[in-house]
Amino acid sequence: MTGANRIPGAGRLTPARTARFTFDGKSYNALEGDTVASALLANGVHLVGRSFKYHRPRGVVSAGPEEPNALIGVERDAARQQPNVRATVQEVFDGMKTISQNRYPSLSFDVGSINNLLSPFFAAGFYYKTFMWPKQAWKHIYEPQIRAAAGLGVSPKEEDPDHYSSRYAHCDVLLIGGGIAGLSAALAAAKTGARVILCDEQPEVGGAMHYDKSVTVDGVDGFTWAQKTAADLAKMSNVTVLTRTTAFGYYAQNFVALVQRVTDHISKPDRRLPRERMWQVRAKRVIIATGAIERHMVFANNDRPGIMQAAAARTYLNHFGVAVGRKVGVYTANDSAYEAAFDLKRAGVTVAAIVDCREKPGEAVLAEARSLGIEVLTGHSVIDTSGKLRVAGMSVARNGSSAKRNIAIDALLTSAGWTPSVHMFSQSRGKVAYDAESGSFLPGVYAQDCLSIGACNGTTDLQATIEEALAAGELMAKASGFEATGKVELQATNAFQWTGGMSGAAEGAGEDTTVKAFIDFQNDVCAKDIRLAVREGMHSIEHIKRFTTNGMATDQGKLSNLHGLAIAAEALGRGIPEVGLTTFRAPYTPVTFGTLISHSRGELFDPTRKTPMHALEEAEGAVFEDVGQWKRAWYYPRAGEDMHQAVNRECRTVRETVGMFDASTLGKIEVVGPDAAAFLNLIYTNSWDTLKPGRTRYGIMLREDGFVYDDGVVGRLAEDRFHVTTTTGGAARVMNHMEDYLQTEFPHLNVWLTSATEQWAVIAVQGPKARDVIAPLVEGIDLSNEAFPHMSVREGKICGVPTRLFRMSFTGEMGFEVNVPADFGPAVWDAIRAEVEKAGGCAYGTEAMHILRAEKGYIIVGQDTDGTVTPDDASLSWAVGKKKPDFVGIRGLKRPDLVRSGRKQLVGLKTKDPNVVLEEGAQIVADPNQPKPMTMLGHVTSSYWSENCGRSIAMALVVDGRAKLGQTLYVPMPDRTIAVEVSEMVFIDKEGVRLNG
Amino acid sequence: MLLIYCPYCEEERSELEFRGAGDAHIARPTNIADISDEEFEEFFFLRDNPKGLIFERWRHIHGCGRFFNAARDTVSDKFKLTYKAGLPKPDLDATTPAAPVETYEATESNAK
Repeated sequence: MTGANRIPGAGRLTPARTARFTFDGKSYNALEGDTVASALLANGVHLVGRSFKYHRPRGVVSAGPEEPNALIGVERDAARQQPNVRATVQEVFDGMKTISQNRYPSLSFDVGSINNLLSPFFAAGFYYKTFMWPKQAWKHIYEPQIRAAAGLGVSPKEEDPDHYSSRYAHCDVLLIGGGIAGLSAALAAAKTGARVILCDEQPEVGGAMHYDKSVTVDGVDGFTWAQKTAADLAKMSNVTVLTRTTAFGYYAQNFVALVQRVTDHISKPDRRLPRERMWQVRAKRVIIATGAIERHMVFANNDRPGIMQAAAARTYLNHFGVAVGRKVGVYTANDSAYEAAFDLKRAGVTVAAIVDCREKPGEAVLAEARSLGIEVLTGHSVIDTSGKLRVAGMSVARNGSSAKRNIAIDALLTSAGWTPSVHMFSQSRGKVAYDAESGSFLPGVYAQDCLSIGACNGTTDLQATIEEALAAGELMAKASGFEATGKVELQATNAFQWTGGMSGAAEGAGEDTTVKAFIDFQNDVCAKDIRLAVREGMHSIEHIKRFTTNGMATDQGKLSNLHGLAIAAEALGRGIPEVGLTTFRAPYTPVTFGTLISHSRGELFDPTRKTPMHALEEAEGAVFEDVGQWKRAWYYPRAGEDMHQAVNRECRTVRETVGMFDASTLGKIEVVGPDAAAFLNLIYTNSWDTLKPGRTRYGIMLREDGFVYDDGVVGRLAEDRFHVTTTTGGAARVMNHMEDYLQTEFPHLNVWLTSATEQWAVIAVQGPKARDVIAPLVEGIDLSNEAFPHMSVREGKICGVPTRLFRMSFTGEMGFEVNVPADFGPAVWDAIRAEVEKAGGCAYGTEAMHILRAEKGYIIVGQDTDGTVTPDDASLSWAVGKKKPDFVGIRGLKRPDLVRSGRKQLVGLKTKDPNVVLEEGAQIVADPNQPKPMTMLGHVTSSYWSENCGRSIAMALVVDGRAKLGQTLYVPMPDRTIAVEVSEMVFIDKEGVRLNG
Repeated sequence: MLLIYCPYCEEERSELEFRGAGDAHIARPTNIADISDEEFEEFFFLRDNPKGLIFERWRHIHGCGRFFNAARDTVSDKFKLTYKAGLPKPDLDATTPAAPVETYEATESNAK
């Protein structure tokens, strides 16, 4: 038995195919194809959750994605736990575990429900007022308490073991929604040969046919017709039919995001399958056929378990074979609910009464109700309900009368009418228009190449919907360039035309301030809260929404928005269209982060760049650091060494003998052409005309505002060829910066730029023995000081492969940078490594490199500069060509703020206690005893322990720093104040003799 | 995600291949070293932030690498035209009404 409320012969599920699942530890039987909601209802379970704010007992309200209440946790194993799953959408699979949420200690006894009694203190917007004082209490009491109470479900603690995929797709016509309208339009479009994608969020197409059993299309039952049509469409080579696939976002130029749930309904999914798949569809035309959502009635205590949409009750009966009650009441403002009563009555369920707040329901449904013997109370309203964990009775009164009659029921079906689902249309930036006749917002002005059809377009008549859909399918296919090859014709019938509908509070919602007539179940927003917001001065619907949180829950107000708007309009004394609807935004229903990020996680989150020598460095035991996307060897610890010891050894070795360093990550740009020098003259502050082939120069690059942008050594290989180096982090943007000027400001220059960063492996060899190390390996280059002085470049061979050999230094020692084609990098590294070993040297990493350059006062752009530093601030005025007529930044440098006195200048700092190493970023003051806020003079940009100096060294940006040489300043830290002396930036070999070896 | 027509590749490509590059038709003065502070301010710092038609630069950085110009509606995000760098500013009818979009401001103006 799969539930006492399963009606034999009813529904479309196969009785033999069962599945077992648990809810809060209790085991239940279900049928394959059940949702968790239908299976629980079949077993008589209406209480499935507690509301967010008041912790009121809540049950299933809907049978679809609009569900505000029945949010559960679904668990496969420790890592596969999904909170806040809508029980009305989640299909049951064998072995599934589900739990209720937002209750303690149990669902039926929840201490949090005290909030319901305290609700006068929790009026809308209470948190804006209640938690304002005392000031300290927010941080220590209110915020921690609110955070603990916030949210419904609990997120899993473990990493998500599932994988997700994503794909792009293109089509001529995308159909959102696979009801009668969507399928009909797809038929017409597909017949032209257009590429069609049809998606539907449910496990099977059919839309409203899930509940409406009275429809026939071409003489076949509507649901059956839908399945056959979808199967026929799927067989066509130009059609893709996607079920369990929700269109959740509609972006610019008909770019629509779909999420396909691939395995969430499968008991033991093939782990090779993605859990979900995102489709990013670019459609020439889109047809929106998303139907309509039934609104609930707004009246006192309308939230008890067992009170649900009338159409939901029909779905549970006609599709799942489940009776939601044995004695049901109906409360409606709309004919459609009558059909729910008819279906249930015919299935043997007692219908206590149909309460219709209208005086004149549709005549056809009224006649049918009478012939079925159902009592209809027109002009009446349900003014209250009773029951603790499930509705047990309704109080009914004639409109305007206080005399009430209590009717015992175990379920109450309500319908205030249907809200066209304009979510996708609104997301496409179309503008909705209010249709007074139907009391609903319908697609008005379109912003994109799309068309709405059927119920979401306000078309309610079935045959009219089909005609509209067929025409739309053909029209959109034609607009995509296809020709119709004959008409598709379909004839459909259904039982009743529906009339009626209302929005806002019904009779009995109460004008007073205590009645809880819910409009937004998930966020516990009542009709009175909207009125309160208006009294508090909120006049814009956007403000009312935020003050009350109406429509801000995960269901995004699919049921509540129109009700909230109608109540606000009434309270404001304005018409609904004047108050206006809030904008619908993506996603239509919640989307997992897994789907959005797809494979972009872990190692695939961001590319990792490794130098050609990476494996050799790894083998030598290098510890790597991340520099942007690069992995760079940080230091090379030997047995027993910690980082500090290893770095000290590396720094000492470079100055005493020789060290080698992987500098391949440096940006490299080949600048070639007859105007290459002229171009560099404009891009750099320096002059390049005077640089002879075979020589190199340190260049500074500014932005137009005069601030330092990048730096690097540039070698001139020939009259028309330069080898430009940039900082590691600046490579891509410098290339872009150069291209920008070359293409748009200096297009008359005949120059070609080529990024060569990854084409060259670069090995720096630095130290007194550097020449000895490379000499045995180099062919065709005279390495003597006279023939190859500091700041030169030569082309020749090393280890038999071509090299661009630079004589340069970022350590202050005699140095070479060996550039070889990247593929030769490892072999040349190995050869140099062997020579370095012989010379008593070692490989050094980026940490030693940073210290060695700081000992010499060489800056690192981006560390010692921050985008507000001029060449003069960094003591680099010598690199700015004084006679040049133009270069990028020449005007910026003359700006008043850049030439004023009192700018921060880069200087050295020596701590009074040589063993104290400053923290980078620490602030510098003149008077440590000044009351706060203290006058800050600048900050530490670089700071290290220098083994070669036997003390700490630092660089800092300090106001008028160069005028403060020798002065004592202070660095206040949380635990102490450190005294420092302002010094020059060069800490070793001020004369630079070591450079020449 | 936008589709952008690259005037050099002569086809529509996905926005992923492009990078925005700020306002178009702001020429760097040939005598930039000699201009006044006010002229430099105008050239370098001041930009319009129009609601509606804007002329801006894009680079097809993951394609042909070329910079080009575009006329785009900042309200609807729709590209009206893209054209090669160096071509004069096209004469578009700036009175074309912006596509209707629900904005906070629009809602606010109703809430009297």
